[in-house]
Parts: sequence; C-alpha cells; structure tokens
Amino acid sequence: MNEFAEFFLAPEWGFLRFAMLVGLCISPALGVIGTMVVTRRISSLAGASTHAALGGFGLALFLQRVCMLEWFTPTFGAVIGAVGAAVAVGIVSIYAKEREDTVIGAVWAIGMSIGLLFLDRTPGYVDWQGYLFGSILLLNKSDLYMTLILDAIILIPAIVLFPMLLALTFDDTFARLRGIKVTTIYLGLLILTALTIVLLINLVGIMLVIALLTLPSAAAACYTNHLRSTMILSAIFNACFIFAGLLLSSLLALPSGPTIVVLAGVVYVLSIIRKKHLSK
Amino acid sequence: MRDQSAIVEIKDLVFGYTGNTPVLENVSLSIAPGQSGCIVGPNGGGKSTLLKLMLGLLQPDKGSIRIFGNPPVEARAWIGYMPQYHQLDASFPASVLEVALMGRVTPHTFFGYSRKDKAAAMAALDILGITDLADRSFAGLSGGQRQRVLIARALAGEPKLLLLDEPTANIDPGAEEQFYATLDELRKIMTVITVSHDLGFVNRETDLVICVNRTVNIHEATGFTAETANEVYHHHVNMIKHEHACFCHCEKEKDHHE
Repeated sequence: MNEFAEFFLAPEWGFLRFAMLVGLCISPALGVIGTMVVTRRISSLAGASTHAALGGFGLALFLQRVCMLEWFTPTFGAVIGAVGAAVAVGIVSIYAKEREDTVIGAVWAIGMSIGLLFLDRTPGYVDWQGYLFGSILLLNKSDLYMTLILDAIILIPAIVLFPMLLALTFDDTFARLRGIKVTTIYLGLLILTALTIVLLINLVGIMLVIALLTLPSAAAACYTNHLRSTMILSAIFNACFIFAGLLLSSLLALPSGPTIVVLAGVVYVLSIIRKKHLSK
Repeated sequence: MRDQSAIVEIKDLVFGYTGNTPVLENVSLSIAPGQSGCIVGPNGGGKSTLLKLMLGLLQPDKGSIRIFGNPPVEARAWIGYMPQYHQLDASFPASVLEVALMGRVTPHTFFGYSRKDKAAAMAALDILGITDLADRSFAGLSGGQRQRVLIARALAGEPKLLLLDEPTANIDPGAEEQFYATLDELRKIMTVITVSHDLGFVNRETDLVICVNRTVNIHEATGFTAETANEVYHHHVNMIKHEHACFCHCEKEKDHHE
C-alpha cells in the first residue's frame, strides 16, 4: 500500500494527478449532458459536433501561425466549430426532420476534413494525434477553470429547470402545448453539449468523445428508472472510469483515452447483460 | 350567426401541407358546451391534421378556428391532449406519477412540483383507476396502462376540453368496457373529442360523429348508421349495434389502402 501511495504521490506523476482532478471536475457536467444525449438520442448529432471541433482546431492553429492571429486559440476555434455544428444540425432537426441524418453525415465529414486540411498547411509541429486520441499532457490550468465554469452553467439550469427538461425530453410537442420554450431549451442543451465535447477532447480525444459521452449514461440507465438518478449515477460512473482509467494507463503505460473508454465499455456491456438477465 | 359560446368553432377551413393538394377543405364544425365528439375516417383522411389544427400546432391556409372563442394557441391552457402513444419513447426513465405531473408543467415550474400539482396528478391517476401504479416505472407498464397514464397526464392540467388521439389503439383485452365507462364519466364533466382510425367506438354518449375524409360531415351519433359509414369510407363497412355502443369494423380497409 505504501508503494502505491509513493507511486501516486511521486512528483513525476503530477500531470496524472492533475488529469484526475480535471476528470473528477468534468464528471458532474458529463453525467447531466451524457444522460440527455442518450435519452434524447442525439449521439450522432454530438458526433458531428465533435468532428466539427477538429475543423475549428485546424482553422485556429492555421490562423495563429500563418495569419498571426494570436487571440484565435485552438480551444476558441474548437468551441466555434462544435457549437456552430450543433446549432446548425439542431435547427435542421427542428425544421426539416427528414434531412437530419444527411446533414449530420455532411457536417461530420466536412468538419473533420477541413481540420485535417488546415493542419496539413499549418507550418511547424502539430500534435494532431493528441487531438484525435487525447493527451493528458495537453491539459493545463485553463482547462480546469473552464471545466468548473462548465459545471456551473450546466448544473444550475439542470437543477432549476429539471421539471421542464423531463417533460420536453419525454414529449416535446406536449411540453410546447404547456407553454414551455422547447426550441430555446433544446438549442441551449445543444450548446452545452458542444462545450462539454470541447473540454473532453483533451482528455480522451476526438475519436473517443462520443464513447465517454454515451457509455457511462447508458450503463447508468440500466440501474435506475428516473432521469435524475440516471444523471447522478452517470456522474459517479464517469468519475470512477476516468480515475481508474488514468491510473491503469499510467501503471501499464497505455494510452489514457482508450483505457478509459474500454473500462466504460466493459461496465456498459456487463450492465446490459445483467439487465437482460434480470428481466427474464 | 353561430353560437359565440361554442367550445370549438371551425369556419370554412382549408389546410394543405404542400400548398397544392389540400388535406382538409371547406371544414366547418361547431361543438357546443355539453356536447362531445368522435372524429372518424380512413387513414390519411386528415383526422390527426384536424387535431393538430385545433391545438394550434398547424396554421390553417384559409378559414378560422376558435377554441373557447380564442385562437388555439391562446386556448392551450384549457386543452388536455393525449398524442398517439407510439410516438413516445416506451423505455423513458420516469415513474407513472412523474409522467402524470408533466401535465402540470408550466414555464414557471422551477426545481420541482408543488403539493397542489401532486394532488392534481394523483386525482387524475385516480380517475383512470391507476393510483396503485403511481410509483411504478413507465417503461415497465403494458400498452393499455401506458395509454391510461397519458390520459391522466392530459387530465392533470384540469382541462375543459380533452383531445384524445387513438385512445383505444393499445387497450388491454378485457379492459375495454371499463375504459369506455371511464370516458363516459369524463364526458359528463368536460368536452371530450376522440380520434379513431377504424371508426373505433362510436359511443351513444358521443353527441357528434365527425367524419373526416378531406372534408367533414357531421352526424348525430344516434343517426350514424352503416349507410353513413359507407359514404365516408367509400366502401362497405360492417356495423354491429351493441347494447350501449356502436362498433364498426372496416373489413375492406386494408384493400382500400393498397
């Protein structure tokens, strides 16, 4: 046990402890947003938003290094890409439902392609693998502050507006008839989803964001019958997966993103099997 | 002049989704206080469209709709609506009481529901005879039980006009009589308009049979016979007179669609 403590507290593992701290802080936001994504079935919309974030990353790096626009940081670019894509697809899904999956596919592929083209034309070294597969070495203090702000802007409305959120997730037409501003709340949800995605990218990378956004909530949904308790359990799951995944990846020298996602995937599959078994 | 106090007043309504071929044409109808109605007609005849127009979810191309003398959007607080149940997520994580409470939600419902809201939701569950299911998971119910929960949700808002889209579509076998009795009780305290796809049940308690097939014909329930049904459906309809209700079965309806 002492050896473990020594290993964990060793100065050279400072970045690991910092990643765990960021992971723990993002878990509550992720629990709420992940559960909404799973329950509202907008994971492909979230996927399109994630890949559009890469377009924003590429554009930002290009502008910084070629056009000397220092204020256009990669995170700022990713936010523009992810939020823009989420809102655009959201508006299509509201006003032209039948076009939704085509638009999602287009935004997904075009967003990623734009990102890769800009990265190709950006001079100097670009750690694009870090963006695609996550690199906890990329995490810095501003990620932590942004995560705490994100927690506040997600948890406060989630608690205050919970009855409306529950009603419109179940049946948006009925909620609209009751006077709820369904479109406004839905677009707000999409913007918060996009912001969560951007903050998750450094932790697990673009390719795996969707997994972390959906698997813990889908697993949590196997144990509860209420939206609120699914959100809380999902937040706990997220914290456990990120903590255990980061620790395991450091001990076994594995990449952190895939380790976290495989852990979440195993628990998800076991939860589904348990639920099927119980319902027999 | 029409009666100004009508619950539902539709005048010369025209509506089409594409603008070229109207789904509904020259629709006029009036439902007076104390009356109830059953909207019947073939698939694609415009029944659900008429319901959406009455809820203000669609706007008429021509003509007008007034609910309690107001445009539908302004009358929504008095309308209880039950959509077709297959449009909803059957595995949604909520309890029966939580679903019924959704009928009380307003733009000012913050944090949770008041004691008054909970009492109204429980009263609605009581009318449908399902208070014992209040804490059960919505996902674990039978089709007929879910249908009752959705009617309870519509009732929880204490409406004066109840619009039910296909309320008998998933009814549990053997529970029909009890279900019709519940509807009869509701008709005594509010205006109930039901939509039915297979002519469904045209109850003797139903004052108006509203036949929708691009246009609308209105019959008094007592005068609704096999001949009138044939006119609406343009083919032979078998009609069985029950002791207290008329059930119609459209044997050829499947052929009709093909």
